[in-house]
Order: sequence, then C-alpha cells, then structure tokens
Amino acid sequence: MANLNSSLNNFEGDRPQNSPEPIKSTDKKSLAPAILIAIAFLYLGLVLLLPAANVFVTAFSKGFAPILEAIKQPDFQNAIKLTFTLAIIALPLNTIFGLSAAWAIARNKFPGKSLLLSIIDLPFSISPVVAGLMIVLLYGRVGWFGSWLETNDIKIVFAFPGMLLATIFVSMPFIAREVIPVLDEMGTDQEEAARTLGASDWQIFWKIVIPNIRWGLLYGLVLTNARAMGEFGAVSVVSGNIANKTQSLPLFVEESYKQYETEVAYSAAVLLALLAVVTLILKEILERKTNKKQS
Amino acid sequence: MTTPPFTPEKPRSQPNAFLKIFSKIPWTWVITFVYLAFLLILPIIAMLVKASSEPFESFWKTATTPEALSSYEITFVTAAAAAAVNGVFGTLIAWVIVRYDFFGKRFLEAVVDLPFALPTSVAGLTLATVYSEQGWIGSLFASSGFKIAFTRLGVWIAMMFISLPFIVRTVQPVLTELEKEVEEAAWSLGASKFQTFIQVILPPLTPAILTGVALGFSRAVGEYGSTVIIASNTPFKDLITPVLIFQSLERYDYVGATVIGVVMLGISFVSLLAINLLQAWSKRYG
Repeated sequence: MANLNSSLNNFEGDRPQNSPEPIKSTDKKSLAPAILIAIAFLYLGLVLLLPAANVFVTAFSKGFAPILEAIKQPDFQNAIKLTFTLAIIALPLNTIFGLSAAWAIARNKFPGKSLLLSIIDLPFSISPVVAGLMIVLLYGRVGWFGSWLETNDIKIVFAFPGMLLATIFVSMPFIAREVIPVLDEMGTDQEEAARTLGASDWQIFWKIVIPNIRWGLLYGLVLTNARAMGEFGAVSVVSGNIANKTQSLPLFVEESYKQYETEVAYSAAVLLALLAVVTLILKEILERKTNKKQS
Repeated sequence: MTTPPFTPEKPRSQPNAFLKIFSKIPWTWVITFVYLAFLLILPIIAMLVKASSEPFESFWKTATTPEALSSYEITFVTAAAAAAVNGVFGTLIAWVIVRYDFFGKRFLEAVVDLPFALPTSVAGLTLATVYSEQGWIGSLFASSGFKIAFTRLGVWIAMMFISLPFIVRTVQPVLTELEKEVEEAAWSLGASKFQTFIQVILPPLTPAILTGVALGFSRAVGEYGSTVIIASNTPFKDLITPVLIFQSLERYDYVGATVIGVVMLGISFVSLLAINLLQAWSKRYG
C-alpha cells in the first residue's frame, strides 16, 4: 500500500500543507453536511464507540475493587508478564528486520522489487489461525522438525517459543512498511555527502538515517507493539492455552469469559483497552509529526 | 590491530577498506532474506508440502465436506456483506473527515483506527456483551425478535468492526488528492450535487473504494479472535472457516486442518493479487 502513501513527509518546522481546505459550510442552506456527519457518528457509535465504551463501563461498574482483586490472581499476573515478554523480544527482532528490509528495498533497484514487497506484506493477508497452523506443522509433534525437537527435548509448540514465533509472524511487516516511504522521500543526498566526507556506514546510519526516519520508525514500532501485545488467533493456536504458563493477556480474556468469570475477563480487557487508547494517542501524535493522514 | 608496516600515512584508507568489505556483503540483504526464509517462507512451504503429500482425491474430499462447504459459505458471504456495508459507510466517513469541519472531528478520526489497536479478543468480548439480548444494542433488537450475538449476525457485526478502518484509510488519501476545481466546474455548469457526486467524484474514487473493500474483506475472512467469541460456533449455523481449522487442530486432525488451511491460504493469495491489481488501477488516477 506504499503507493497510496503519497502524502508529504515534512519534518519538524514545516507547516502541514493539505491541498484542499475543509469547507466551513459554504452554503448555509444545505443540510447535507449535518446529515452526513450525523450518519458517520451514528455508524461509528454502533460499531466502534459503544462497544469500546462498554469495556470501560462494565469493567468499572463496581469501582476499582474487583479489578484490583482480579489482578492479584497469579494467572492474571503471569498473563501480563507473558504479554510483555513476547513484545519485548519480538519488537527488537522485527525492528532489525524491518530496517534491513526497508533499506534493501528503498536503496536498491532490482527486478522483483514489488514481489518482495508483497511477500513482506503476506502476514497481513494470511489468517492468524493459518499462521499458527503453519508453526504447528513445522515445529509440532507431527511437523518437520518435530522428532528432532522431541529427541533433543526442546518444546516449541504449546510453549513460549511457539508463541513468540507466532507473534513475530503477525507483526513482521509494520516497520518496513512505515520506513520505506520515509526513506524514499528522504533521498540519498545526505548519505552521499556524508560518505564523501568519509563517514562509515555505521556513522551514516546513526547520524543521518535514524534522525531522518525516527518518526516513521516510531510509528511502525507503535503498530508492531499493539499487534504483538494484542495478537490472539495465531498465538491461541500454538499456545495450548495453559493457564499460568502459556496464557497471554488476550488469551486470558477469552478463557475467563468462557469460564463465566466475566468480571475477571473485563478486568483484563480494560488493561488491553487502555493499551489501545495509548496506541491511538501515540499514533495521532506521530501522524502529526510526519504530517501523514493515513496509516 | 595489525597495520601493515608500509602503508602510507592515509587516515582515510581504514574507513575505505571498511566500506569496501561492506559493499561486498550487503548485510541488510542477508538479514532480510534469512528472516523471511525462516519465519515466513519455510512455514508456508511446510504447510504446502504437508498438504501435497495427501492424494488429490482425499484432499478434495476433506476440503469439500458438508461442514467445510458450509463454513466457506458463512465466512465469505458474511465477510462480503460486512465489507460491502463498510464500503458505503467507510466512504461516507472518509468524506466527512476530508471535506467538513466539525466539533469532534479529531476524535472521530482517531477512533476510526480503534480496530487496529484493540486486541481482537477484547473486541469479541465487548461486542458479544453489547449485542447480546441484555446488552445496550442487542436489547433494542431482542424485543423485535432479532438475536445478534451468538448468531451469524454477530459474526457480521464483528467483521464490520475489524474491517472498517481499511476502507476509510484507503479512500481518505485519494479523496484528499481530488481536485475541488473539477467539482466546482461541474456545479457551475449546472450539475446538481447528486450528479456531481455520481459523475465527477465517484469514478476516480471507485478503485480506492474497491481496494479498501478488498482489504477489509480479506481481513474479515481470516479473522478469528472477535468472531470466535461472538459466535456460537455451531456447524452449519455460524461456524466460520478459521474456527473450523482451530477445531480440527483441537481434535488432532492435522490433515483436515492443513487441507482447509491451504484452501484459506489460496484465497489469501488470490485476494492479495486482486488487491495489487486494484492498486495498479487506482494508481492511474493517483
């Protein structure tokens, strides 16, 4: 979708230059804008806003006490720990990959470039359940590496490594996708100048590339983190959902709900909803920094 | 640190040698390909090989059991219905964001991305509550006999939830680029607002809307988290294909899961191709 991202990437100092100015009700007679705005709010209300508000209302319906009570459960605490651990490991790995891939794609011309871009985007089109299934077929008992792993007593499926692989899989494309357009926009002038002056690749990377792409990179990191912490489908397939061991927070929400522990489910859900709110706020800030209006 | 004794005193020679080595081994390529090969390509190949070890006849039989066929129908028809509805409302929301100034606009704009940020199990949980018979919205419909949560309608709602931002975010930049002069010209030539919309605005917007709908559809087809929670997961009623794969795995029916997984993967590839073609088409207007 990089080609849709034709918006300008102005960095600090420059004022946004959006082409069409929004109309401030040019014709007062027409009711159309008011009606369309009302429909937009109504539809978003039914599909997004009321469900989102419900998470907070239900979670806090009896105050903070039930939430604090729920958080004391060891299963809950382990789920939080596991979710953070997954993100802490998946994020740097996907960052290294995303930056390398973005650099390789944006700074080289080669046949099959758009094919490579499509391949990087694949995890977005593959159903999370199918992604999880693939990991099971590779590392599970019946999988390619299954017998080797078993004789060496390494557990991947129904254990933490499998969940990590699933998390990395689903959140893989975000950073490359956000950084490629910024690198394209930035051009190679500064890098070439630095190179002529004798800077090493490493110096160029830290002193020129990183400062230029920092907001795009951060944007990609925010999206990667949201997906890594929130992934349910793929992780659910490979986890085995063992409480206290392989249950991340999103899995804990579903399990508690299935066990009719609605209060506990909502206590966990509200934490994840807060994460979503923080993600949206950061996204807004970063969109303003990069002057882009789309994801 | 072994510097050859007869190197002339050139401080630049060191970084240059450094650069030469690096230009010979582009490590960014190494990382990119190793990462993709192990984490993405290898799993896909493993699944395809596993499926191809199955003789075609039994593959076909497993892929077309009545349960599987009904799950395809439920998944694709419901996802198409959700994407189509969002095609209309998503375009409307994009229009409102781009063209009007109003109180709460920034809030509206930020909220559109909520489905990207909210974990799907939380979405499923809250949608199941809100659209249940006792819920805020479900209770309004329950009196007229409509059950939403734990039926196919619930799956439809969940699919609308997760696919909405794809349409808005695809249409919005194209709409921003549209030149207002053309519309004004149409007005000044006496076209009505409706005519202007149908004949001037809609044609260049169509590829973007279709791309957004295709992206939303493809996301809705693969969705598991929110749909599994809001559905009752009863075969022939509201059991979608991703849930069927999951249930097959729970029964240790690896062959069944793999075969249906390959069908899903094939559909992902086809929709990816369609999306790329649509984007190439929309580029002509970009």
